[in-house]
This record gives sequence, C-alpha cells and structure tokens, in this order.
Amino acid sequence: MSDISNVEQSGLVTFFGRMGRYAMRGIEQLGDGTRLGFHALSLLFVKPWQGKHFVIQLYALGVGSLAIIIITGAFTGMVLALQGYYTLAKFGSESLLGAGVGMSIIRELGPVLGAFMIIGRAGSSITAEIGIMRVTEQTDALEMMAVNPMQRIILPRIIATTIAVPLLVSVFDVVGIGSGYIVGVELLGVNPGAYMAELIAKIEMIDLNGGWVKAVVFGFMIGTICTYMGYRAQPTTEGVAKATTQAVVVASVGVLIMDYILTSFFL
Amino acid sequence: MIRGENLSKRYGDTVALAATDIHIRAAATTAIMGGSGSGKTTMLRLLSGLIKPTTGHIWYGDEDLCTISDKRLYALRESMGMLFQYSALLNSLNVYDNIAFPLHEHTDLDESVIRTMVSMKLEQVGLRGFEHLMPSELSGGMAKRVAFARAIAMDPKIVFFDEPTSGLDPISAGVITTLIRDTSKMNRMTSIVVTHDVEAGLAIADHVILMWQGSIIAKGTPDMIRNSDDERVRQFLEGRPDGPIPFSRSTTSYIDDLTHRPGTVRLEK
Amino acid sequence: MQSYRKVEMTVGVFVFLGLLAIAWLAIKVGQVGGIGATGYTLTANFDDAGGVRRGSDIMLAGVIVGRVDEVMLTDNDHATMILRVNEGVKITEDAFASVRTKGIIGDRYIRITQGMEDSNLEPGSEIEETESAINIEDLISKYIFSGKE
Repeated sequence: MSDISNVEQSGLVTFFGRMGRYAMRGIEQLGDGTRLGFHALSLLFVKPWQGKHFVIQLYALGVGSLAIIIITGAFTGMVLALQGYYTLAKFGSESLLGAGVGMSIIRELGPVLGAFMIIGRAGSSITAEIGIMRVTEQTDALEMMAVNPMQRIILPRIIATTIAVPLLVSVFDVVGIGSGYIVGVELLGVNPGAYMAELIAKIEMIDLNGGWVKAVVFGFMIGTICTYMGYRAQPTTEGVAKATTQAVVVASVGVLIMDYILTSFFL
Repeated sequence: MIRGENLSKRYGDTVALAATDIHIRAAATTAIMGGSGSGKTTMLRLLSGLIKPTTGHIWYGDEDLCTISDKRLYALRESMGMLFQYSALLNSLNVYDNIAFPLHEHTDLDESVIRTMVSMKLEQVGLRGFEHLMPSELSGGMAKRVAFARAIAMDPKIVFFDEPTSGLDPISAGVITTLIRDTSKMNRMTSIVVTHDVEAGLAIADHVILMWQGSIIAKGTPDMIRNSDDERVRQFLEGRPDGPIPFSRSTTSYIDDLTHRPGTVRLEK
Repeated sequence: MQSYRKVEMTVGVFVFLGLLAIAWLAIKVGQVGGIGATGYTLTANFDDAGGVRRGSDIMLAGVIVGRVDEVMLTDNDHATMILRVNEGVKITEDAFASVRTKGIIGDRYIRITQGMEDSNLEPGSEIEETESAINIEDLISKYIFSGKE
C-alpha cells in the first residue's frame, strides 16, 4: 500500500529552503559567469583576430544605442535643470544650476541611466541572439567547423560593450549638460556665463574619471552577463525568452550594486 | 580509426551513456541506431568532441580527444564535417556564404576558386542556382542539402550525421540518404550516422550499432542485424510497441496509483 | 559583404563622436591642461586659512585673476598659501590679501586689494599684508560676551 506523502512542511521552512536554493544557484551562476568572462578575455590576444566581428558588434550595440542615449540624455538634462532650478532658487543660488546638472549627470546619471538604456537596447538583443544560436545548434556548428564560438561570438560582444558604454555615456553627458543649458538659460533665465563657468569650476577630474571608470566597468559587466545568460539559456523558446528578461534584470541590479561600490571609492 | 574506450556520460544522477567501448571503422559508414533516450545522440556528441565524457577516452589514431589542447582539437576539426538535425545553418549568411564558410575561415584560396568549389558542392546536392537565398527562405529538405554541402565543403575525412532524415518527406529523405551513401563512397569518408530511421540506416551502413538505454545491445553488418534473433533488435526493426523494450515507462502499479489519490473512494482489498 | 564598408564607416563616425564627447568633457569641463601651468606664483601667510584650498579663486576688483595652488600648515601654527596669478596681472608691493566668502555661506576665495606703491611684486615674492578669514562664530561669541560686561 503506497502512501502519498502528506506531510505538510511548514510554509516558513519551504520559504527559507527556496531562498537558500536561489542563493546557491545565484552563486553558482556568478562563478560560472565570471569563468566565462575570463575565458573569453583570455582569447583576446589569440589568433585569428576577430577585428571584423568586433566592428560589426560595435555597430549593432554602439551605433544602435546612440539614438536612445541621446534621447535619454536630453530629457534627463532637461528635467534636472527644471527640478534643480526651483530648489536652487530658494537659496538664491540659480547660478549653480550648471554645476548641479553637470555633477549629477557626470558622476551618476550618465553612467547609470546610460547603462540601463544600453542594457535594454543592446543587452537584451545579445542574450536573445546568443540564446537562439545555441538552440539552433549554430554554436555547435561553428565548433565543428573549427571556429571557437567563445572567440567569434562572445568575445567581440563583450569587448564591444566595454568600449561602447564609455563612449555612449560621454555622449549622454554632453547632451545632458547641453539640454540642461537650453532649459536653464533659455527657459528659466539662468545666466549663460554662470551656467558654464560654475560647471567648469566645480567639476574636477576625479568626477570625470569616476564616471568613466564606472562606464567601463558597467560595459564589461553588461557584455559578460548578457552573453553568459544567452549561452546558458535552456535550449527552448521559453528558455531563451526567460533568459533575455533575466539578463536585463541581473545586469541592471549588477550595475546598481557596482555603482554603489565604485561611488564609495571615488568619494 | 576512431575508438571509444570505456566511455560513459552522466548528467547528475542520470546516466546517458553507460561504460561502453565503440569502434568506428575508417573509410566506412557506421550507423548508430536506437530509440529516443538510447544514448545515440550522446555517443555522437562524444565522438565529435562536442561534449566531454564522464569517464573514458576517445582515440583518434593515437590522440585522445579528452586530453589534447583546444588548438589541436580545432586543427583536427578542419578535417571533420557535421550535419546537424536542424541543419544549423548560420542565420545571417546566405546559402553561398554558409557553404563557403569553412573555406573562408581556414583557407587562403582566391574567391574565384571558392566560388567554383561551392558550385561543385551545390551541384552535388542539386541546388545550384540557389546561392542567394537566406536560410529562413529554405524548406527543411533544402536546408538539409545546404547543410550537407557545407559539411563536405572542405572534403573532410570524417563526417557526422545527426538524424539526417528526421522531419523530411520520403522523397527528401531518400535524396539525403543517397547523397550520404554516394558521397561517402566517392570520397572514402568515414561517416557516422545517428538515426532512428531503420530503412535509411540499414540502407547506407556498412556497419550498424544498435543502442538501448545507454548501452550497445547489438552490432554487425546490416544483414547480421536484419537476421538477428535478439528480441530487442527484432522489436526495434519491426517497430513493435511491446517487447523487451516496454511501452509504458511508469514504474508504479496503475491500480495503486488510482486508489490512493486523495478524495477517491477506497476500494476494499 | 560589401555593406561591411558602410558598417565600418558608421562605426568610425560613432567612435569619433564618442571621443569628441570625451575630449570636450576632459578639456572644457575638467580643464585638463588648462589654467594649471600658466601664470606666476606668489606666497602669502595667514593666521587662519578659513578653508581656502587648492583651486579656490583669487579675485582682484571682483574679477578672477588666478587660483590657489597650494595651502600648507607652517610651523604648526599658521597657514602658507601659494597663489598662482595670471600672466599680465600686476600686484603692487603693498597690496593685501584677505580670505573672503562668496555670499553668506558660499565658497571661500582670496581677495586681493591693490595698494598705493608704484612697484609690483616679483614672481615668487610674498604678499606681506594678509587678513585672515572672518569667522562668524568668533564674531558672534565676541558680541555676546562683550555685551555681558
């Protein structure tokens, strides 16, 4: 006589059990992902050079994200100028608007918002592309034709994001400062000389360097996380779809965590 | 020429392949057949080096696939070809570029020479003139033929075929089967064909290996297999649902399962 | 395969744009290679530097004429500053330098008030007359305690 188990585990126990399992899986994936990232990097200087594929990826990811970066940068700058003006006006310090907008964008919003936009636009497409290539055995086909998919598919994407993100973030910075200028000076009447002068006076190299270091780190993270999630996706349609959304989430959270860590270094 | 020694593959607790020895003859066509879950695809992926075994060695001559460097593995692969179950054509390239891919990657040949070679392969598979189509525009049978042309583009010594006739109508299946047999003979290729298509397998093979539940249960020439007394072989050849290989995979008694569901009336035993 | 040329070119333009943005930020905003090296230096000693530090403005007649290069503690009791003044700005020998605040709670800067002398300070020489920072708390406590008497 078989006995279907009817032991009801207490809800709390299963909850912690599940949390524990998620944590374990998360750590496993972290290790696996880091290993993949470094494996890909180790192929950076191995022949044959993949210059052409790197350029193609830079086009897809970098040029492809340019539009959304410009739009986001413009509106971020404008909102900052609008919000900042009314706060500063209370202290009679409207002339500091340029510095306020510039500091916020260069140190935080440029790298972080820029990274988010790129994750959504380029990161998700990387995960989906690689996931589908895995499902349709195209990566195996490359292997059998003596082409290393790490080198041909994954590495160019990681390098492309690492290089594209700082470039895009800088464009974001310039556009943001510029659109903040337009709103502040043209719309709100801030002194044009003061906007730029205070900005130049208050921003130091460490602010800029901090922003760029963040951008490079974020770029590498986005590339590694998205290629990894695509590579390890379950080989089914749902698997790839799930991997794509998960990649966006993981990359975004990763950026936020890294942002805190790097900010604490640069402060 | 290719020898698997004490090969096994486990995924966690699941045994995909139990410790097995396998010998692939050179310049001959070997068919590895069996039902789904028999381990034949695992065997193919092990022999081609796509996955690494849990135990055992895979000898190519005197080199062990498991211990050679990646560089050496890729060098070996330049004389291999593989036809995948779903063709695995590179989606972003057209037919011409797909077939020319290994030539572009590994040779310095002039484009005109490559064009000639691709034309030759396309002619062999009967698709000359279709160079500009994209993989998404091809039917299953056409895609298989293009994949075949790509697999033999570098005139490889060893070619792997993963379910070459699956999903094809009888005519296309026949075309592919003929292509495999004729090309293997012509080029003296070592062909390893994994299939559950009994007709096709017996038709093209010089040597047959039958697998079940991760082990080899029979091997021999097609005639030997056809005349085998082994009940399992007979069941496979004749496609009978019942025999040594059970239809029902359930491990518990049906009545027990039914009578112990909560909310069901208990039957007096 | 020919469209690769177009891809290459577009990527080139994109990278160029990005580098342009980086250059603008670095040079215009960060002032890499900016005011830094030009001008000449003068020294000045203060009882209380009042929080003036490297990069603080130096103003004469309300115009920025230079930047503070360095603020150091000397003899464990007073502050010495190295002031970098723009070329062409002449400061009289009897000028005095005071620590001032922009607005009520703004940044500190060094304000130079010219004197009467005809001769000007040579590069590297010292501004003799200095006036330290006016400390609001000291002022208030002085006022409170003077009222007590």
